[in-house]
Amino acid sequence: MAEKDIEVREKQEVQTQAESTRNIPVYVPAVDIYESEEALTVVADMPGVAPENVDIDLRDDQLTIRGTVTVEGDGETVLLREYGVGDYYRQFTLGRIIDQSKIEAAMKDGVLTLTLPKVDKAKPRKITVKTG
Amino acid sequence: MALLRWSAPNDLFRPFAEMEREMERLRSEMDRLFTGFRGLRPGRVGVFPLLNVSEDKNNIYVRAELPGMNPDDIEISVEGDTLTIRGERKPAEVSDKVSYHRREREFGRFRRSLTLPTRINVDAVDATFKNGVLTIVLPKAEEVRPKQIPVKTQ
Repeated sequence: MAEKDIEVREKQEVQTQAESTRNIPVYVPAVDIYESEEALTVVADMPGVAPENVDIDLRDDQLTIRGTVTVEGDGETVLLREYGVGDYYRQFTLGRIIDQSKIEAAMKDGVLTLTLPKVDKAKPRKITVKTG
Repeated sequence: MALLRWSAPNDLFRPFAEMEREMERLRSEMDRLFTGFRGLRPGRVGVFPLLNVSEDKNNIYVRAELPGMNPDDIEISVEGDTLTIRGERKPAEVSDKVSYHRREREFGRFRRSLTLPTRINVDAVDATFKNGVLTIVLPKAEEVRPKQIPVKTQ
């Protein structure tokens, strides 16, 4: 496997969102989204967010991910600041193929993994072609 | 247009003195911009991981966001006044049968060095990893900590 050096990815601030009541920036979490036959998986980087401070909301086909950051370092004097600390917010529109009652979420070390199982009828059926 | 009064010869030179003061202010501003905060300069700009550094009376704090990393894959070393963080962020195992819709998260190896602004007590450096944020606490060396000197009354 080729070993590559990791690149810096600057955090992007959310541009269009109702203003939050907390006076800190809101960032767009970096995500990976992949699909298998059974489910759609969303993996989101939300460093600084404790598992109990993640809020996932699904209304119709709108999936909203919110993470409230725990700000550390109160009372310290800043010497160097290369990244901003803030909350996270991102919204996705899901297809109707998701079984909304079976969504699972896990949060570990600042990474949220959402498993969105597909409803049965959306799973591809294998059609075998018979040779005559 | 300012009116110059012929009251004292010094007044004539006041605009020049003001200009000089302004120049001095600009110069110190530029110095501050270029030398960074109290001589603390990142080794290279834009190198992963991005760092936030702060201090209080007793410690220097270095923080980095490393979501999803295994703490065992992070290596921290201090040599003299140089702090080095290196490691590898490995992607989770995913079956080959999936198709990706988005791939924004970065993986790979990294190495980052930072020159510390003060001397520290190398033996007492502590690092914690919580919610994907690495915090390194570097206690300042005894001789650079501010000392309170009580005033005695007689």
